[in-house]
Amino acid sequence: MGPGQAEGCSVLHVDMDAFFASVEVRRHPELAGTPVIVGGAGNRGVVTSATYEARRYGVHAAMPTARALRLCPTATVLPGDLALYSEVSRSVMALFRSITPLVEPLSLDEAFLDVSGAGRRLGDAAEIGEYLRARVFDEQGITCSVGVAGSKFVAKLASTRAKPDGLLVVRPPEVMDFLHPLPVGALWGVGPKTEEQLLRLGLRTVGDLAHVPAKTLQRALGTAAGSHLHALSWGRDPRRVVPDEPEKSTGHEETFGTDVDDPAVIHRELLLLAERTAGRLRSGGWLARTVSIKVRFADFATITRSRTLDVPTDVGQELYETARALYDALGLDRARIRLVGVRAERLVDADSAPQQLELGAREHGRREAELAADRAARRFGAGAVRPATLLHRTGRPGNASPTSAVPRSRATRNQAGRPSVGPPEE
Amino acid sequence: MKFRVAREVLADAVAWTARSLPPRPSVPVLAGILLEVDGNQLSVSGFDYEVSARAEVDVQATESGRALVPGRLLAEITRALPPHPVEITAEGPRLALVCGNARFSLPTLPVEDYPSLPSMPSSAGLVDSDVFAEAVGQVAVAAGRDDTLPMLTGVRLEIEDDLITLAATDRYRLAVREFAWRPETPGVSAAVLVPARTLAEAAKTLTSGPEIVLSLSSGSSGEGILGLSGKDRQTTTRLLDAEFVKYRAIMPNDSNSHASLPVGLFTDAAKRVALVAERGTPLRCEFTPGQVTLHAGGSDEEGQAEERCDVEFDGEPLTIGFNPTFLLDGLAAVHTERARIDFTSPLKPAVLSGVEEPAADDGKPAGPAERTGSYRYLIMPVRLPG
Repeated sequence: MGPGQAEGCSVLHVDMDAFFASVEVRRHPELAGTPVIVGGAGNRGVVTSATYEARRYGVHAAMPTARALRLCPTATVLPGDLALYSEVSRSVMALFRSITPLVEPLSLDEAFLDVSGAGRRLGDAAEIGEYLRARVFDEQGITCSVGVAGSKFVAKLASTRAKPDGLLVVRPPEVMDFLHPLPVGALWGVGPKTEEQLLRLGLRTVGDLAHVPAKTLQRALGTAAGSHLHALSWGRDPRRVVPDEPEKSTGHEETFGTDVDDPAVIHRELLLLAERTAGRLRSGGWLARTVSIKVRFADFATITRSRTLDVPTDVGQELYETARALYDALGLDRARIRLVGVRAERLVDADSAPQQLELGAREHGRREAELAADRAARRFGAGAVRPATLLHRTGRPGNASPTSAVPRSRATRNQAGRPSVGPPEE
Repeated sequence: MKFRVAREVLADAVAWTARSLPPRPSVPVLAGILLEVDGNQLSVSGFDYEVSARAEVDVQATESGRALVPGRLLAEITRALPPHPVEITAEGPRLALVCGNARFSLPTLPVEDYPSLPSMPSSAGLVDSDVFAEAVGQVAVAAGRDDTLPMLTGVRLEIEDDLITLAATDRYRLAVREFAWRPETPGVSAAVLVPARTLAEAAKTLTSGPEIVLSLSSGSSGEGILGLSGKDRQTTTRLLDAEFVKYRAIMPNDSNSHASLPVGLFTDAAKRVALVAERGTPLRCEFTPGQVTLHAGGSDEEGQAEERCDVEFDGEPLTIGFNPTFLLDGLAAVHTERARIDFTSPLKPAVLSGVEEPAADDGKPAGPAERTGSYRYLIMPVRLPG
């Protein structure tokens, strides 16, 4: 490629191709070139990732696994290994950071990079993009796609267009030609509801939208959304690449195979989720200041409750006690519950955070027990040591199955085909 | 029911009783204050199954009887009345209140639905009301406020013959105070856990007479209650049914260094420096011979502050972090001009205690019977990063 090809472009959006599924294929080379689905196999299991071979049959993420298998009966279904994906993700993000400090991960498998300060040694943004793609393939054996543009929003659309295993540069003068033929649903912030509204107004493409006065859009969609979409439709996206802020929260949730109304079962589940969450905090070197729970009822009504701790913690037992108290305070009378979740929020760095010590705390207290369990888990596998209440469970704490481990992503909107997974923090 | 009463007297009694009314009553009648006239005595009572309060007032009654009135409303009205005698008359389902030119007619609540107040347990002994108020105030400050850990929301009250020990902790600090009392039965021994908020409120407001009668029923006869009777006022509270931590084991036996500091100056300095300490960040105290340097803040997004204060310090220089609120609570509770802090290490509890001024002027040695020097306030430090 010649010089000047990426003139005016400094933002890269790098997106792993079928990330979880690709990592699985790397681990099981015999599956290369075949349809592979990563997802929960149970009653309510859903697809979290699928190879392009499977997508050809219409399989996509967030689809019930049962339906995916009807579409593509030859597919291999694998349960998923979040720990492995996190590890690969960490390596990839580390590679990005070796190019520029301005790396903003959106989830395990995608990130924005601002390479305006990367210097000339690697060439312009397009050349850096190709270089990254080659390095990721060399080091991880998986492919990724890169969008190169002057703004985050266009870069992200470009990487989607480049998939799989491609690179697309959209220079500022080309933005309108690139953008305007796209369907309105491609715009950042347009979900199914807004899309329906826009279609009712006869606005099918981004170009249609761009030629409606901003005032009209604001009347139809509200002031903020209206002006936001108007700006995007003309390629204006002032958001900057914000490097890797400390992670704001981490957590786990579990959808029950069938709705549960037994408080004892809920308590046990909260304990499991709290233990998993605490494990993530400890491996990431975080302490949580706030604990929150999420409860989704059989009718999908969802509530969250949170409490700020006197003293930040990474101890599963303390997360559990708070989560349980929050749950009990709801005063539910055998309501049927579909999902519960536990989150650790307002995280602080454990090493740099001052820590209020407790009077009379045993030198080898609960925290030390949990740290020992972490070590055992590293050696003998997740769940090697766990609370006795959880012994009967077949699930392995700390190694969530894909249906249950859906930590909240920092991405404002998750593209279909991409599981919603938090950024690496371990 | 019909009576006449001085406005101030009525307002005080109603306000005191209204304090213990539940903010969100589980049953509507519990929001009421019960007025009962018998002879020339009016009793003003409130009860929420946990705490009962009853104030007695002398009135000029022309007709005995009782009525249950919305408590908060009555408290607001009596507080706002002009300075004239008040005349209260029950008129069927309503209560008429006349004071000067002001005239109120209040709805009443069904008095037959109101639960009877627990009877006062038999007297266990007498405490000096001022000593009791001070001791409870000094200790209750360390009690926890998190209702999910009930054992930490109480004040432990231990009776051992003629000595009472109060203790409270929220896991991060522990306050202990002893004082003498006059038990009914010599050699008596008991230990109960009293809700801290209720106890502190009661002790503070029962100081109009010189003494308080302490009564206790625990264990065998159903749920334990503590009764406190001052002049014309008595209150009961249900005891907490929880184990208290074995706090005596936490008290350090010896120290490696100690500081003696002027409470007022040190408190002012700590308050100033703590202004920049965000929630959860510590006050960093560097003790060196002759002075302490206080620091707070320091990261890029927050302010920074530093102040030196002259103190006597004996031992190896020491840097220790404290939650500023915990430190200030303790300093406010010692009630002496100078205080002493004993240190073992930066990660072990520091012990704050009052220092008795040598009574140079009157030459009278500080009497051990007063035991005012028994207050101990342990603070667990904050582990400083780095």
